[in-house]
Amino acid sequence: MRQSLTRVLWHVGVLALLAVVLYPIVWVAAATFKPSETIIGSLQLLPTAPTLANYQRVFEGVVGVGVGRFFWNSAVLAVLSVVGTVASSALAAYAFARLRFRGRTVLFGIMIATLLLPFHVLIIPQYVVFQNLDLVDTYVPLLAGKFLASEAFFVFLIVQFIRQLPRELDESAKLDGAGHWTVFWHIIVPLCRPALITTAIFTFIWSWNDFFGPLIYLSTPDKYPLPLALQLFIDESTGSDFGALMAMSMLALVPVILFFLFFQRFLVEGVSTSGLKG
Amino acid sequence: MSRATIAPDRRAEVATDGGTGPRKRARPSGDGLAGYLFLSPWIIGIVLLTLGPMVTSLYLSFTDYDLFNTPTWIGLENYQRMFSDARWLRSVEVTAIYVALAVPIKLAAALAVAMLLNSKRGGQGFYRAAFYGPSLIGGSVGVAIVWKMMFSDDSVVDQLLLRFGIDTGGWAGNPDFSLMMLVLLATWQLGAPMVIFLAGLKQVPRELYEAAEVDGAGRGRRFWSITLPMISPVLFFNLLLETINAFQVFTSAYVVGGPNGQPAGSTLFYTIYLFDRGFGDYRMGYASAMAWMLLLGVGLVTVFLFRTARGWVFYSGDSGDKR
Repeated sequence: MRQSLTRVLWHVGVLALLAVVLYPIVWVAAATFKPSETIIGSLQLLPTAPTLANYQRVFEGVVGVGVGRFFWNSAVLAVLSVVGTVASSALAAYAFARLRFRGRTVLFGIMIATLLLPFHVLIIPQYVVFQNLDLVDTYVPLLAGKFLASEAFFVFLIVQFIRQLPRELDESAKLDGAGHWTVFWHIIVPLCRPALITTAIFTFIWSWNDFFGPLIYLSTPDKYPLPLALQLFIDESTGSDFGALMAMSMLALVPVILFFLFFQRFLVEGVSTSGLKG
Repeated sequence: MSRATIAPDRRAEVATDGGTGPRKRARPSGDGLAGYLFLSPWIIGIVLLTLGPMVTSLYLSFTDYDLFNTPTWIGLENYQRMFSDARWLRSVEVTAIYVALAVPIKLAAALAVAMLLNSKRGGQGFYRAAFYGPSLIGGSVGVAIVWKMMFSDDSVVDQLLLRFGIDTGGWAGNPDFSLMMLVLLATWQLGAPMVIFLAGLKQVPRELYEAAEVDGAGRGRRFWSITLPMISPVLFFNLLLETINAFQVFTSAYVVGGPNGQPAGSTLFYTIYLFDRGFGDYRMGYASAMAWMLLLGVGLVTVFLFRTARGWVFYSGDSGDKR
């Protein structure tokens, strides 16, 4: 009896805390249906007279570019980032985890060191290089690193995963005449699926949320992904159209929230086993 | 290619089976070529996008460079100038205060929630995921906008505080509170370290608590003498990761305060100022020098954390083989 009471109290307590933590999301969701001038100035959560006007104004676009365009740009960047990151990280991870070659230990050490390297040290020379190649205001600078396995976290994650697979599998395949590519493609890749999926989901979300890269490299609004479009929207509307601003923020968040709802198991497991920051 | 690599492997197998001949001679080159082929994207990346830029930026940090004219060597001038640059000193101060506040507050909150959830009362999977959620979106432009809106004058937070008779005029526009607002935004993303704490808490043997309880140890005592030492490796990991991340916060700060760290320079983070010098004023040499000072600062803090870790991070003997 007493135990079930503490149990109920515990659940009530946790749910109350959760309500506080999730309140901002509920608040913005509700705010998108309120007229701009009523978003600020009251504690009332739900709109008295719900309206879709905010969303309508968002769909009018920013500086003549439709919001669909920004979504498309974000999606293109995210999908290409996922493809590049998963492919290049898996290749590198296989080499680090399974193959023996001169300098492996040193290279692995360098890879681990880049985990802790603040990327600000790199941005200026990288920018200079891409500018000299006339690639500024294209997606190349944003994607090059993705295809070159430069997110060491994922290489490390997949290395750790491959290391715990039984070596006998690839040894016996090799005895049957399989080369490295066959072993990689038919044995390692299928077995690594959980690690690859975790990599894919995080890459998608990070790319979707990325602001700094596009801010530096992109200058044509037509090419902007959503985060940059949001910033542009603030600058253009001088921040007064709160309703549309909230609606557009919400639209940018929805894909990530959906991703989270579908894949939360992979995400949470990925964090608890590897310490990905999320 | 595959044929060529199989043959030595087979010989190796034979050699070990027979027990004759040293293993090393049986596979002289290992998987040399294949190794570099699989690694080639990473190698290209590390040379062109990491090591090359690092060397270049170190060179640029000793020059005056505006992106359009050739860099001119000025020696240590960029580094010397920083210490008399009021905005640079301001950015160091803002970042230091932020790191010193955000990291402990976020970790304490994460540990508290993890301990709360670490019980067998059901629904843990759901709660864990729900608390984790904000970590995924917390660093985005969208959330930063919402945050600024919630903390602006006369908005929810202000209204709520007014009920308690506290008038701050909104945190977003008040230089005394704007940084605290960003600390709260960091704390809101407690989910990632919380999940890691939970994994650590699960490893603590129940018997330890039972034994301590028999010996009459209270809650506080059990926390200090069992929980904390047992999860210290996880705590250290979180501390390291969160500290390094906190130094590099950019998006939220930029959305809230713009390139000048509004209001009144209160959110002029190091990264913001670096961005403004480099891509606002095109002082690429100065910005490169700033970047190296950041690397130096983060490096020193990391070394410091590792040093102190010897004193308080406890790796239990029997799980030593698990690292």
